[in-house]
Amino acid sequence: MVFREKAQILDADDMRRAVIRIAHEILERNHGIDRVALVGIQRRGVTLAREVQDAIEEIESRKVPLGILDITFYRDDLSTLGPAPRVGQTDLPFDLNDTVVVLVDDVLFTGRTARAALNELMDFGRARAIQLAVLVDRGHRELPIRADYVGKNVPTSKKEVIKVMVEDFDGIRRVALGEIEEGA
Amino acid sequence: MSSLLIFAGLRILDPHRGLDGEGYLVCEEGRILACELGPLPQEYCDHERARYVEAKGAALAPAFRDLRVHFREPGYEDRETIESGCAAAAAGGYSDVWVMPNSRPCADSAAAIRFVLDRARESGLCRVHPVGAITKGLEGREMVEFGDLVDAGAVGFSDDLRWVQDGGLMRHCMEYAAMLGTVVISHPEDPTLSREGVMHEGAWSTRLGLAAIPAAAEVSACARDIELARLTGVHLHVPHVSCRETVELIRSAKAQGLGVTADITPHHLDFVDADCRDYDTCFKAKPPLRSTFDQEALVEGLVDGTLDAIACDHAPHTPTDKERTFPHAPFGVIGLETSFAAAHDRLVCRGPLSPLQLVELMSTRPAAIMEQEGGRLEAGATADLVLLDLEESWVPQSSTLRSRGRNCPWLGRSLQGRVIATYVGGRCTFDLRREPQPLF
Amino acid sequence: MFQQKHLLDLESLSAEEITEILDTADSFRQVLERPIPKVPVLRAKTIANLFFEPSTRTRISFELAEKRLSADVVNFSASGSSVQKGETLRDTADNILAMKVDMIVMRHPDSGAARYLAQRVSASVINAGDGMHAHPTQALLDLLTLRQRLGDLQGRKVTIVGDIAHSRVARSNIWGLTKLGAEVTVCGPAPMIPADIETLGCQVEFDFGSAIGDADAVNVLRIQLERQKHQIFPGNREYARAFRLDREMLRRTPEHCIIMHPGPMNRDVEISTEVADGPRQVILDQVTNGVAVRMAVLYLVSGGVRETLGENLE
Repeated sequence: MVFREKAQILDADDMRRAVIRIAHEILERNHGIDRVALVGIQRRGVTLAREVQDAIEEIESRKVPLGILDITFYRDDLSTLGPAPRVGQTDLPFDLNDTVVVLVDDVLFTGRTARAALNELMDFGRARAIQLAVLVDRGHRELPIRADYVGKNVPTSKKEVIKVMVEDFDGIRRVALGEIEEGA
Repeated sequence: MSSLLIFAGLRILDPHRGLDGEGYLVCEEGRILACELGPLPQEYCDHERARYVEAKGAALAPAFRDLRVHFREPGYEDRETIESGCAAAAAGGYSDVWVMPNSRPCADSAAAIRFVLDRARESGLCRVHPVGAITKGLEGREMVEFGDLVDAGAVGFSDDLRWVQDGGLMRHCMEYAAMLGTVVISHPEDPTLSREGVMHEGAWSTRLGLAAIPAAAEVSACARDIELARLTGVHLHVPHVSCRETVELIRSAKAQGLGVTADITPHHLDFVDADCRDYDTCFKAKPPLRSTFDQEALVEGLVDGTLDAIACDHAPHTPTDKERTFPHAPFGVIGLETSFAAAHDRLVCRGPLSPLQLVELMSTRPAAIMEQEGGRLEAGATADLVLLDLEESWVPQSSTLRSRGRNCPWLGRSLQGRVIATYVGGRCTFDLRREPQPLF
Repeated sequence: MFQQKHLLDLESLSAEEITEILDTADSFRQVLERPIPKVPVLRAKTIANLFFEPSTRTRISFELAEKRLSADVVNFSASGSSVQKGETLRDTADNILAMKVDMIVMRHPDSGAARYLAQRVSASVINAGDGMHAHPTQALLDLLTLRQRLGDLQGRKVTIVGDIAHSRVARSNIWGLTKLGAEVTVCGPAPMIPADIETLGCQVEFDFGSAIGDADAVNVLRIQLERQKHQIFPGNREYARAFRLDREMLRRTPEHCIIMHPGPMNRDVEISTEVADGPRQVILDQVTNGVAVRMAVLYLVSGGVRETLGENLE
């Protein structure tokens, strides 16, 4: 399978600006960062959550707690997806109870990842509220889920793919739209 | 005036006279009238009373004789009957088979011997020679009435897979058999050594976690039997030799001039313990399939004449019996319909023997062991013939087996060499070309 | 990526596949520490536990692992005698097919029984012990325990002592350990050492003291009196004299050497109570790891053979 790129959606600067805007919106909505925590969804959501954490620190001169969530065990498509996916780490180094958790992910599509993340978080405790931040919302929801913070809305067709590239995994920062081609 | 049956322009294999070349054979009234190398003499060409058998490129040999088959009747007719067994033998190129006594009831009485002979006569496809039990009920405790059994038609004595553990008793049984001039066939296996073993003891039994039978179970039992043969002067026949050391024992016994003969099965020649790796019960045999080290010695033993014959040890079981897990499935392999192909493929195509030597091992020598005429293509001999295609490769299929057993390890494997037709006393008992062909 | 449909033995797994199971088991150990130690991985999957041989530990461990993964579980136990005369394993297989079970966990007294079943059912088969052949999940939990204590197993020395001949635990351990690069020595009285065991890649040592002199771990097997129809050793007292791991023997091992036992123990036969309860033993760790390893195996096997998609496709 090969990714054939059709258009660039965001470059590195666009991504930086989107992350800073999301940081501001989080602060506004929650009147500061008391009892707010970020939770990145493995794997690119974790990188983005770290960037949001840095952006908030720039503004507030204080770090918000950051957690990592691996939703593998909570997926609803285990038997239809592929070989059992490799399991990442889940690490929530703060008390969930009475905390506003902002889930961070790269792309919001069908909403099933967010659903899995919600279920998993609930098994760890009772958050005061759970909010969702994504870099790209590409539509085509299959569940009644919406994002609280969106970097960019990108209309797509179902067969198109949004590829978010981050320094940690891809060695570059940008977002592209394309299609997956079989073979080659 | 009776008619003639004439085979011409095919390869004649007569181990008795050492003939191997293009030639002809003429039979009349169930006997061979002439068989020589060279073109068919003028007097037989376009003979008005002759039927000519077309078999371009085929080989003609004396029909095979098997020293060891299990026809299960009476008592286990769902595994095999004398009728189905004889049909299988005919399809395998056999004119004569020796049947083991382990039916239910076993062949430990004159009545049981006569039953087998009667049933075989009804079938008419193969001559059946019953082997009587050595001890009543094969239990190793009480002698059978040897004289009665011989009078009824028993050609030898064996307790089949039960080795007579009581050495003193065995001695006296052998003395009786020697007196009557009959052979004793003793499966060498000390049960106190083989215990619950289900395969050869070695790296593979360790790997598969299966209870194992050490080579010593066979070798030590055979050593005792040879000493008792020395003591009693009986003709001892050692069936299905499987171990290197047993071959050594027999070689040495023969060198000392003892009356010891031995046979070996095609499955021990073609397969080894490693073939049990998938727990396929088709490879569960007694004696167990041994190591490649043993197998090499078996082939050497055949080449140098230590081992006298190939016998298939045809042991049918129902598919249900063989569907048990490996430890609980019964021992046994069927071979009558695949023996020639398997042995030819293994020993001629991939081995050191000539077709003539193979025919000797499957026909001439078994006949000699049982002190019978046969196994020869000479004028005056009974016309027991097998027509062979030595070039054809074919794949044995379960659907075409005449045996009721399906426990054949060669099913689905390509083998070179095939029986085309069998004649017993000049009468055709099997013809592949008139067989219904399988649907696939 | 783990692609196996069944787990029948460790012989047929690669070092990478074994490592993947252990890595996944590490993740499940974390899950077991969570406030709600349960994940919905196998929701709506049905698992049948078929135990044709008495077992307490393994059965409970599997059942717990299955429940922690939210599977539906049915249990079937039968004693040895009824298995042999009653329905054949073939009929059992047909029944299972008809009940539409997704996975089967089976223990059976016959070597090869797990493979037999795997050849005849569409469900995944996990071998929970077949005769003397294999007990892969026990070996995996031993490997996990060793890895937690010793790190990388490459070049580590593990000694297995006891009735190697009749032990499926020993066989699976030898395969697993040697695949991961460990050096294995087996030790026991001669009748308990099976023919040509060296061909599996281990060494044989009859002197217990020498066998454990430089061991990083000693795995003490239960002396299984119940399996021995024929006498293969003079008796417990004599066995203990030469092969019991007691305080004195423990002194012969390096200080970091850990002591394992697959249980249940015959205290003071193969292991002294003092050592069994001492600071070097990791026996209860093995039990905890057993649940995590079985969760990992069930999870990975349930994956089946499928194709991976890109990460952010959801």
